[in-house]
Amino acid sequence: MAANNFRHALFCAIITLIISYPIIGFNLEAQGIDVTLTGADASTIVMVLLAAVIVFLFQMFREQIMGGLKSLPHPLPQSSKEPMAENRRAKIESWVLTGIVVLALFWPFFVSRGAVDLATLVLIYIMLALGLNVVVGLAGLLDLGYVAFYAVGAYTFALLSQYVGISFWLALPIGALLAALFGLVLGFPVLRLRGDYLAIVTLGFGEIIRILLNNWTTLTGGPNGIGGIPDPTLFGMEFGRRVKEEGNTSFHETFGIAYSGEHKVIFLYLIALVLAVFTALVIRRFMRMPVGRAWEALREDEIAARSLGLSRTAVKLSAFTIGAFFAGFAGTVFASKQGFISPESFVFLESAIILAIVVLGGMGSQIGVVLAAIAVTILPELAREFSEYRMLIFGAAMVLMMVWRPQGLMPMRRIHIELKRQE
Amino acid sequence: MLEVQNLSMRFGGLLAVDEVSLDVQEHEIVSIIGPNGAGKTTVFNCMSGFYKPTGGKILFEGKEVQGKPDYKISRLGMVRTFQHVRLFSQMTVVENLLVAQHRHLNTNLISGLLKTPNYREREQKSLDRAAYWLDRVGLLDLANREAGNLAYGQQRRLEIARCMVTEPKLLMLDEPAAGLNPAETKELNQLIVSLKEDYNVSVVLIEHDMSLVMDISDRINVINQGRPLASGTPEEIRQNDDVIKAYLGEA
Repeated sequence: MAANNFRHALFCAIITLIISYPIIGFNLEAQGIDVTLTGADASTIVMVLLAAVIVFLFQMFREQIMGGLKSLPHPLPQSSKEPMAENRRAKIESWVLTGIVVLALFWPFFVSRGAVDLATLVLIYIMLALGLNVVVGLAGLLDLGYVAFYAVGAYTFALLSQYVGISFWLALPIGALLAALFGLVLGFPVLRLRGDYLAIVTLGFGEIIRILLNNWTTLTGGPNGIGGIPDPTLFGMEFGRRVKEEGNTSFHETFGIAYSGEHKVIFLYLIALVLAVFTALVIRRFMRMPVGRAWEALREDEIAARSLGLSRTAVKLSAFTIGAFFAGFAGTVFASKQGFISPESFVFLESAIILAIVVLGGMGSQIGVVLAAIAVTILPELAREFSEYRMLIFGAAMVLMMVWRPQGLMPMRRIHIELKRQE
Repeated sequence: MLEVQNLSMRFGGLLAVDEVSLDVQEHEIVSIIGPNGAGKTTVFNCMSGFYKPTGGKILFEGKEVQGKPDYKISRLGMVRTFQHVRLFSQMTVVENLLVAQHRHLNTNLISGLLKTPNYREREQKSLDRAAYWLDRVGLLDLANREAGNLAYGQQRRLEIARCMVTEPKLLMLDEPAAGLNPAETKELNQLIVSLKEDYNVSVVLIEHDMSLVMDISDRINVINQGRPLASGTPEEIRQNDDVIKAYLGEA
């Protein structure tokens, strides 16, 4: 046992050395026109060795350490208490959520412009993740090309505004419906597929859309993207310094206040907030409706679901379509926020991040997904100084999550249904 | 009400079911028995639309249904259970019953979002029906448990309740007594008879438990190696030499 432990610990320590020395130890430095490779200085080497020793000691005495941790008193004494009565818990939960939304409404007026901008991005990711949650978490269909629907929404607005001069408010439903249509079209050929095969086909679909946008230069401008996407207006009031379109007035003149660039940022944030809340509420309703139950039933056991008269076609297509619809929403907001879009924004990595949000949050759980969206979007921004190691931290967080909470931050809770006793 | 004529099912070179015929009248319990691998479940899979039979006809209430998709057959009123229980195990007991009533519900997305009176009324009706059947199979107290956490006998009963909320005309049970203890088998026996007597459902039953089969069947069909061997009342089957040979082997 001890010898076994020792060998394992030694192995881990050597792996640590092999991995960390080249990553941290070697530096490429430009000297004139040449690039030279310099080794690490003494202190770095000492740090790497120290890390290896720590790994070795931890693996060697792992059982004692973990045993010691377990015997510590539980940090959350409430966790051993009886769970609250179901209806009371639901009531408290809905009050807390309402409170958070109200806070979020007033919050942008007190913080910096950068923070509001970031929060808008977070809200867009929340919309995307909630939509993907329908497809992956509820219906159990692994979709790796979700970003395609996001792109459809964004490009719909961009193209329509460029060629037809359509406004944000009209583009919002059109973009979402067009994305939903794409979801429906993709849904048909993949109906028979499940698991790995479905993942591959959806991955391909995502790439097809991106490559199409990249190469159809006459329509989409290709890699140059589309710029000059208009900002949303509030009842015909524009947020720019000068009015761009005939018939519109400007926001600051109407209200007789000084022009400030912040107005537009805050307005966009509020639109994103309203849409995100709308998305969450609608999907929450869906989950309790027959269609939501059908999604879950198909995920749990397709054969049993079919034997009870559920049509596989209708159920899968509805999940794809509704998921895509909300991605289209998010895409339109994104296009409006950026003012410029290019295929660059819709690469596979985006799909992967949205999927990671759903998995981290807990499949099927709305609150979990919202928390994960906040964490995944904000953490890299906070850790700007470590930006080189961003992916490393992301990976480490994933591994730790899988070890400690494989079911996600907040696993889905089933809704308690009251049954009246028959008299 | 159900008539199976010369049903054949071929998988490549294997003829799993060969010219099997059977019929079920209204208000009747018909059993299919036979040694393991005789093709009983294959017959079921053809009847319920999971397989497309390679030959023969299946008539349900006078209409041909062979080759129709499974969910359409189920909507006609032929509902089955499975040899290995197939519940939606992460959903609660009552949700299992609600899913089964999908086609009785108002599935219009808009009316569901707006909670129209018609939507609410149908939702409430399906909850009442679920409660009624849970009470009937003795699972009402466990309504909000996850189905996967139930004991095996309870899961079996839930599966039957889940079929019954769809208001079927013909119930197909694939080895409902497998894995049950004698007391549970007896309860099941009473339940199946009451389904026929009180709810006017015809039953097709695949079962190995001979006491159950002989007790409740009106007629029995014996299949051996995919071929029909005998059919008749329990008394006739008990005395049929071919059946005794197939089960006990030739002496």
